[in-house]
This record gives sequence, structure tokens and C-alpha cells, in this order.
Amino acid sequence: MDIIHQGLLDIVGEGHISNQQEELFIYSWDLGTTEPHRPDYVVSPRTPQEISRILELANRHRIPVIPLGGGLSLAGLAVPFRGGIIIDLKRMDTIIEVNEQARYAVMECGVSMGQLTSYLERKFPMLTHSEPGAPPTATVAGNAAIHGQGDLAHPYGFNSDMVNGLEVVLPTGEICRFGACSIGAQWFTQHPLPDVGLFLGWTGTTGIITKISLRLFPCKNIRGTAMFVVDNEDYVPDIYHRISRTQMAEDIIAFSQTIPPYASGLQHFTINLAADSEKELEFKKELIFDDALGEYIRRGDGGYLGFTYGLQHPQISKTADWRKGGGFEYVGGIMPVSCYPQCYRRGKEISDRHDIPYTVLGRCIGAAHAMMFSWTYAFNRADPESVRHAREAMHETDELALELGGAIWKPGLYGQRLVMSRLNPNTLNLMKKIKKLLDPNGIMNPGHWEES
Amino acid sequence: MYELNFDVQKCLHCPTHACLTRCQHMDIDRDTAGREILKIAAGEDSFVLHDCLTCYACEEYCPMGNHPFYLIVKRQEELNVQPLPRPLIQRGINIGKPFRGEPKINKVNGRALLMGAFADHMFLIQGRLFEGLPVISDDPRKMFHYFCQLMYLHYARISVINERLPGVIETITRHNVTEAICFHDECYGTYTSYCPSMGIEVPFRTVHFFEFLYNRLVELRNLIRPVNLRVAYQRPCSSRLSPGKLRFVYDIFKLIGAEAVQRKYVGRNALCCGGIIEGQRREGSRKRASEIQGLNISDMKDAGAEVCVFNCPACYHTLAHLVEKEGIRPIFMSDLCRLAIGEQPAGWR
Amino acid sequence: MGLSDFKYGDIIHRCFRCGYCKFPANWMDVNNCPAYARYRMETYSCGGRLWLTRAWLMNEIKWTDHLAHILYSCTACKNCELKCPMGFNVDILNMLRAAKGEMVEQGKIPVEARDFLQNIQIHGNPYGKPASRRGDWMGDTQMDKYEGQEYLYYVGCVGSYDTRAQEAAKKLGLLLKRFRVSFGVLGKDEKCDGNEVNNMGEEALFEMLAQDNIALFNRLGVKKIITLSPHSYNAFKNNYPSYGGNFEVIHYTQLLQRLFEGGDLNPAEKTEFRVTYHDPCFLGRWNAEYEAPRKVINSIPGATLVEMERNKENSLCCGGGGGNFCMDLLGGSPDSPARRRVREALETGADTLAVACPKCLTILEDAVKVESLDDKLMVKDIAEIAGEACGIV
Repeated sequence: MDIIHQGLLDIVGEGHISNQQEELFIYSWDLGTTEPHRPDYVVSPRTPQEISRILELANRHRIPVIPLGGGLSLAGLAVPFRGGIIIDLKRMDTIIEVNEQARYAVMECGVSMGQLTSYLERKFPMLTHSEPGAPPTATVAGNAAIHGQGDLAHPYGFNSDMVNGLEVVLPTGEICRFGACSIGAQWFTQHPLPDVGLFLGWTGTTGIITKISLRLFPCKNIRGTAMFVVDNEDYVPDIYHRISRTQMAEDIIAFSQTIPPYASGLQHFTINLAADSEKELEFKKELIFDDALGEYIRRGDGGYLGFTYGLQHPQISKTADWRKGGGFEYVGGIMPVSCYPQCYRRGKEISDRHDIPYTVLGRCIGAAHAMMFSWTYAFNRADPESVRHAREAMHETDELALELGGAIWKPGLYGQRLVMSRLNPNTLNLMKKIKKLLDPNGIMNPGHWEES
Repeated sequence: MYELNFDVQKCLHCPTHACLTRCQHMDIDRDTAGREILKIAAGEDSFVLHDCLTCYACEEYCPMGNHPFYLIVKRQEELNVQPLPRPLIQRGINIGKPFRGEPKINKVNGRALLMGAFADHMFLIQGRLFEGLPVISDDPRKMFHYFCQLMYLHYARISVINERLPGVIETITRHNVTEAICFHDECYGTYTSYCPSMGIEVPFRTVHFFEFLYNRLVELRNLIRPVNLRVAYQRPCSSRLSPGKLRFVYDIFKLIGAEAVQRKYVGRNALCCGGIIEGQRREGSRKRASEIQGLNISDMKDAGAEVCVFNCPACYHTLAHLVEKEGIRPIFMSDLCRLAIGEQPAGWR
Repeated sequence: MGLSDFKYGDIIHRCFRCGYCKFPANWMDVNNCPAYARYRMETYSCGGRLWLTRAWLMNEIKWTDHLAHILYSCTACKNCELKCPMGFNVDILNMLRAAKGEMVEQGKIPVEARDFLQNIQIHGNPYGKPASRRGDWMGDTQMDKYEGQEYLYYVGCVGSYDTRAQEAAKKLGLLLKRFRVSFGVLGKDEKCDGNEVNNMGEEALFEMLAQDNIALFNRLGVKKIITLSPHSYNAFKNNYPSYGGNFEVIHYTQLLQRLFEGGDLNPAEKTEFRVTYHDPCFLGRWNAEYEAPRKVINSIPGATLVEMERNKENSLCCGGGGGNFCMDLLGGSPDSPARRRVREALETGADTLAVACPKCLTILEDAVKVESLDDKLMVKDIAEIAGEACGIV
């Protein structure tokens, strides 16, 4: 047995390390279009201390380390481009604390979104969190680490804005805490200590988050979704603005897609409303649909499609299987809301060019401060041509997002390079310095945020 | 190419003009009613075209066997009087487009249950009532090949109905069906009222779902244990096209020991579920729908209903949650019948 | 065989590996796939198995003992099929069974599986015990040989040979006698039902077992069968008809439900106890029978039924299906599904963990011992609980 394998075995114990072809095969793949690369080892540790020792060992042997949460970024963020050790963090899945008064939850890094949702529903029904559209296997920490957004993005912003504290194992093995917890206080706030935002958005290149405190929000008695539809994409930015001005909605999403036919060529809005009483609900409906959007309805330009009680939990997009091929990938752009019409039209063109049914969606973040606009491309895993088309469409879309004045959310390698080519040189230089300081041997998820 | 068979002479000789005077949603006296319906028949605009909530009821109110509702819709389309905002119409038209391949044609060579565009309600079709009964349109991916299209009466789009319906009839016919038991009132109304009024040929016989249920219950009479429930029936708009079949609702209730509560909004005075109204263009439509629902449900409640019985999945979708909040349990008629013969209803919530 | 010859070659790539298959419906625990719960590597999840199968068939990876271990660790509990949101979900277990079948074909299966199947082939049971001892479960009680009575009481391999499960088999026999049910048993002439053989991909052996059993049942004039094991129930009910065997099959809990409906159970001594019920996969998820066992428990005087959070179609499998009650590919760890399950049972505050399957009985009882919960939690078959309530000791 080789020395690294033995070392890892000593740390995590039998059954939690593998260098067998089956694990190396499965963990070489991203679920999107990124080409696979085999790791040398897969480990699934249980504690930050074990992770710390793994990182010390990796530094000694100068071997790459790739942290993996739910593995659902679809952007190849946990593909071991240069081999190394994949750390599957999902065994660290304890919800440590929910503070009902201060509305936060502290949990280990492997806790899934589904687990948190269920835990709150069963034990703290007065609280909720901002649930992303990903399958329930996505991890809470992973989602915050990539600046994910969820169904409370409109009032409260990115999920990474909801972080109240972190525990991180640095690339060199030290275990650090950030936020109030770092001074021995409760995990109730990240501010006002000196800002060390070094771990969110860095794609696992600056450390491994092992615990996270996440803000929770009031969960009202009634939650549900209203729908509105327009047939002209140029109306969308104004509608975002009108709805967000009322400050009555929890989530505002506009979408359009080829399949099913009813969604084709139209812009549908799903608007989540929450209320503690029917009176409150009616008040919110009135402000949004009679007052803010009434003009659209009377002109015949916009239609109200009713309100459905209860929120749908995220279902994996059926998009994944439209080609009966089990694959899809998307570019998420963080875009100015005013860009919606161009995003839609240009995205549709890219889809048409690659003969992929178009699927686009814009979720309002903050009071229309931005939107996450996703361009989704389905492919057939069994057909390399269709995978190639999807990959090329992705690259074209990365360029489009930047061209339209947006930023790429969780870019893959291609997108990262595009971003770096435009990045302020002093900023880029600072990033390099930080990276060098934290990770002197360059072992953390290599390939990412590196210039070619 | 299809022309509505509307006989103006009948209106001229109509003593009541009940089509409009009885309308629950417009306040029209007899003289105005007579004048407006003739204007519409003559191809002119009328406030009626703009104020109509498209509830179908005038088809039932007409004492002369004419087709005032089809006429109103036809004229709305011709004069571009759109009851719904433009995107809702486009969306509605797109909903009915099949997009998941061709259906598999099983030859039934006899009678069959026709699910129409409600194959996703196959979960209701279980148990002794449906034993041995072949089903047409049991695959939700293919169900729009069987969509009767009549929904587009709400959309002022007779042209869409007439364009698509012959193809739908042909698809059904390919199953070699002699007798189609229509799961939904709307399909039954399509083939027994709309098609004849337009001269569209229907080469199979149709049976109303409730007539079928009633006859099955009679066959299974010895299994029936009275359900002992006080029930209210939510009459769907399309039931106005087959008022003669409404009696089966009450015959079934009697057979299974369900007590139909005494209501104000019942039979000819039944209220629309509001589903289509809330999206209409007219100012205040959303609130109006909500008011109608409020009236309807408080009427059920005041009458002491424990259960609200549905035929139409769209009514169910719109009202189930609302009646439930008032302590009234929603149930499909077939499920109520299953309950009566000792089976577990599939859709009890 | 390459991918193109694989029966499911046109759909096996459609799994996205989104992971809904790992959860119960309310998402409370990612460990609702027993193999994934035990190993917590993606390879052992449903999606992992499908992707590996495809890679193997495409020659992207080679066969190894480890690959075989991964595939055979699937217990066919069906959680994945019920939770997968995609249209091909109905074929998930068919795909895995076909992959195992290909391994059988090539003679490349785990040694534990090989022994299991060989023993059935030679001795008619997976333990390799003599067929002549198949009637040992009856002990000194008198059970009539089947000779045209209303029911055949089919015991199955585990109830026949496992000393713990024998107690349940015997209790059920005595209970049937007490209620004057007209039944007979096969004793040493009984043979494996083949449910596991089928799920382990040994189609030829399953076919042989099914045909032999059908021929025997028909020769004896069997019309109705009561089974102790949900696995037998499943094979007789869902697989035998395609080999021409059409019998009215009933799981014993369904019969007890009917027998107890009158409510005339008058135990000599009524004791109060709290009981939680573990749904066996082949009664629950495979055959949607969730109510009969619960009704039986509820009809027992003194019994208070408390539910585990994961129940009915969200129940966590004990880890015994697909031959694993014998091969034990999922044992040996605190993460083993059986050990997780008994800890979950304990959390309900129950003192009794009721089961309705001899495989669950043996596995969960072992887990209770390993977890040192003997003094807190008793594992009992519903046949035993019901028997005791009727004064059968």
C-alpha cells in the first residue's frame, strides 16, 4: 500500500477511503458537460480534525485536495483536474443548533438542503431558510460557498449574504472560526468583526468550510405561489420593479421555455407570497395584482393565473431528461434586471443554433438589485455530439453574460478565464497573493482561478 | 368551414329572452335582452360581449333550444372582444398542443371510458366501478390528443375548437369505440351539444359519466352502504350543455345515502368556480371571482354541507383548498361512489 | 455483453444522479438507501450503481470484486424507484437486476452470492442445510401436511431454518390452528420461493424454482397460499403468474387482520406495551400493504402503536433484501441499516419493535444485540405478538 493511502487510512479509518477504480470513476465525473478527470483517492472524513490532518498530509506530499459537497454545481467545480484527494464532506451531516430567537442554524458542512428543510418543517415550523432550486442533496455550506440563491433571494439576497459564521480548515491545516463564534460568542452574527471574506466564491481554493451558521427567517402560516404571464419580454424588468416595490413577495421568478408548449414564447412569473392570515394574503394579492400590475391586465398585456396554496419543493428540472439523455447544464449569470429582454432573446438564439429546446429563467435578487439569469442546455449523455453542443452553448453563453454587463455565477474553468481576462489587474494580483499566502503549495482544488 | 347553427327566428319569437335576463352576472331587463341578443346575432357589438363572464349558463337558460353562448363567443372572436388578456389566450391555446409523440391506439371495439385531457386523473379510476372497462387517454403525455377543446369558449376562440376538434374525434374513432363514457362534463357537452350545433360529425355514442356511475351502482347495489353525508355538488360550467343529465347527480346521492343539502346556489342558479373569471381583463375580475367563491362556499356551509362533490378537475383545482379551509371535504363524485361500496377513495384529502 | 446488447441500454444513461433516491419523501435523512447509508460513498448510491453498470458495459471500467460488491449491496428495497422523479424510474431495479444477471452469466459475482445461489440450487435453501430438516421449525407441535386444505401455509427458507425465525413460523402455525384456519404445510417438501434469486439476477435458477414450486402446488391442488415472508408473498403474487402459477396469495398479516376484526381477542393477561412497526420492503413498497399489519397491532389489547419518523413508503430497509440477510454485505458497522433502524425505533420510546418478515426479524434482533439495546427493545414478529395475545406461549 502506498504511503499516502496508508496515511489517509490512518486518519479516516477503514471504509472511508478508496483508491479503487469504482470510486475513482464515479468521483471523476461532474454531472454537467465537464470532461472527467480521475482522482487518486476518495476519502469521507467525519471531523474537522480529520480534514486538518488530511491537509497536512497533502501538503507534505504536495498532492491536490478537492473538497466536495453535494456535487451539483454542474460547472465542474469539484472535478480533480490534476488528480489528488477528493474529500467527500457529506458524512459531516449534523445539525448542531437551531436558535429560534435569533433565527439561525449551525450545522456541519455536509448537511443537505433537504435535511435542513425537513428538520425545520418538523421541529421549527415557524422558521425557514432560503431554499435553492437544486435537488435536496445540495449542501447548505456548498451552496453558500458558491454564492447560491434560494427562494428568499428577493427580500434577503444571496445565500452567502446569510452566513452568520464559519469554521474553516485552512489549506495548511489550521482550524479557524469567523464571525461572533470566533470570540466565543454565539454563532448569531458575522459582522462587525474585521471582514475576512476569503472562503465564499473561491471555489474551494482557499480552505474547506466545516461548519456554517446560516440565517433563518420567519415561516408564515400560509405560503404559496401566484402566477402572472406576459407575451413580451420587454415588460419583464418593469414587472420585476413593480412587484419588488410593493415589498410583498418572497420570491419573484420569470421563466420561458420551449417545452411544454404553454411556456413557449411567453414570460411566466412565479411570485411566492406568504401570510399569517387570509386577510394578510388578500392584502398582498391586492397590492401586487390589482394595484401594481392591474394596468397590465386591463391593457390585455398581462394575465393573472391565480394563486396556489403550498410551495412546491424543488424538483429536479425535467429539462434534464428532455432529450431522454439525463443531462443538462446551465450558465447562471448575475445580471442587471434591465437585461432580461436581451438575455432571453440572445439565449434563445444560442439554443436554436445548437438545436436545444431553450430554457431560461431569471430570479430577482434583492429589491431588483440583480437577477440570477440561467440559460439551461439539455444534452443526451449517451450522445457525444449533443454533449459537445451543450458545452459549446455554455461557452458562448459565458461570453454573452459578460458582454451584456453581468457576471458569471459559479463559472467553470472556461468562464473563470473569461472573468480573469477582464478582472482589474490589481484585484487579480491581490487574489494571487491571498491564494499564495493561504495555500503556499497550491494544493487546493488546482486549476480553478488560475490563468492558463 | 363549420357554421354555427343559430336560428334568429327563435329569438324573435322568444317570450322571455331568458338567456340574458336570467344571467347571474349581468342585470338585464327583457327589452334590453331581446335587443342585445338580436344585435349580436346580426354581427354587431354589444356590451354583453364585453361583460360576459363566459359561464355557459345561457345555453341552459335558453327556452328555445338556441345557442346563445356559442353565438356570444363566436361574436367575441369576430369583433376581437377578448375576455382574457392576450398572453392568457396564447397560453391557453398552447396548452392544448400535443407535444409528446403520437398516442398508442388500442382497439376497444366497444365502449370505453374517455379521459380526455385528464389522463393525470387516472388515479380516480380504480376499483369495482371500473372493473373491465377499457380506457382511452390514460397516458398524461398523450392526453392532449384527446382534448375536446371546448375550454376555448372561455377564450373567445371558436376557430381553435373547430380547427382541432375533427382531428381529436378522428383519434378517438381510431380506437374503434362505439360508446364513449365521458369522464368530464365538458367532453360530453362537446359531443352532444357543441358538435351538433356546428355540424361536426361524431361517429360514436357518448354516455355521461354520472349516468355510467349510476348504472354501475345499481349493478353493485348489494355492496352499497349509505355514506350518510350531507353533500353539496359543484356544478361545472360545461354541465350547462347537458342539463338533462343533472338528475343523475341526485339519483346517485339518493342511491348511496348522501343528503343533498338545501342551497340557494344550486341547479340553474349554481355558481361558477371562479377559476376562469379571476384572470379576465375586466377591472376587478380577481376580486369578483373571489366574491363568487365566497358566496358559493358560504352557501354550502350555511346549508350544512360536510362534503363538496366535484365532476370537473378544474373546479376541484380552484375550489378544493377553499372549501377545505371551511371544513368541507372536497371529493370527486366517483370517489364518493367508491366510498359507498366500501372502497377507499383515492382522492380524499 | 456490451451496452448495445443490454436490455436497458437505451435508458441506463438517463440517470442524472440528482440523489432524490437517497431520501424519504420528507427529506429528513439522506440515508434512506440502505447501501448508501452503510458506505456513504457515491458509488453505493442508486445513481452510482447505474453509472458504474453503464461504464462496465461500455468497457470503461473492468469487472472487479468491488464492483460486484457494490451491485450486490443493493437490497432491492425500492426506495429509489418511489423517490426518483424521472420517467424511467419504474425500470431502476430492472436495470440493476439485469446487470447482476450479466455478472451471473459471466460467473463474476461476490463469493457470498455464489454460495447463496449454489446452496439454493443444491439444497433448496441459501444456508446449505439439508432439505430433510426443513420441517424442524415445527418442533414438537403438530402441523398437518398439506392435503387439499383451504390454505397452504408456506414458511420460506428463513422461517424454516433460522432458529430465531423458526419461533415466529411456529407461533403463526399455532395461531392459525387456534383460529381453526384450514391449512397444511409442506415440511421437507417445501423449497425456496426464489424471490432473492430473482433479485440477484439468477434468472434461470429462479425460473426453475418457480416451475418446480408451481408444479408441486398444482399437483397438490393448492389454490390459496398464506406466507410468513413478504418475500415469498411477492414472488408468488407478482412473478409466478408469468410462469403459469396463479394462486390466491395472502400475507399472514392480512389474514390476521380479517381474523381479528371481530375484536374477540381476550388475552388471559393484558399487558401494556408500546410498539413500533418496521415495514418490510416486500410487503410495503413492493406491494403497498401498509395497513394490515398496523390494524393487527392496533387490535391487540394493551398495545400502543407509535410510528418511527420513517414509515410506510419511507421506511428504511433493514438491509436484508437481495440476499443480504445471508450474504451480509451491509453489516459490520454502526452505519449498517439495521443498526440505524433499531436506534430509530428506540427513539420512539417503544419497548417492542414489531416486524412482519422473518428476514427483518433476524437482522434487527442481531442489530439490537450489537447496539446493546437488549434490555430496552425487543424485536418480535407480529405473529409472535399476536400469538402471545392469544395465550400461545
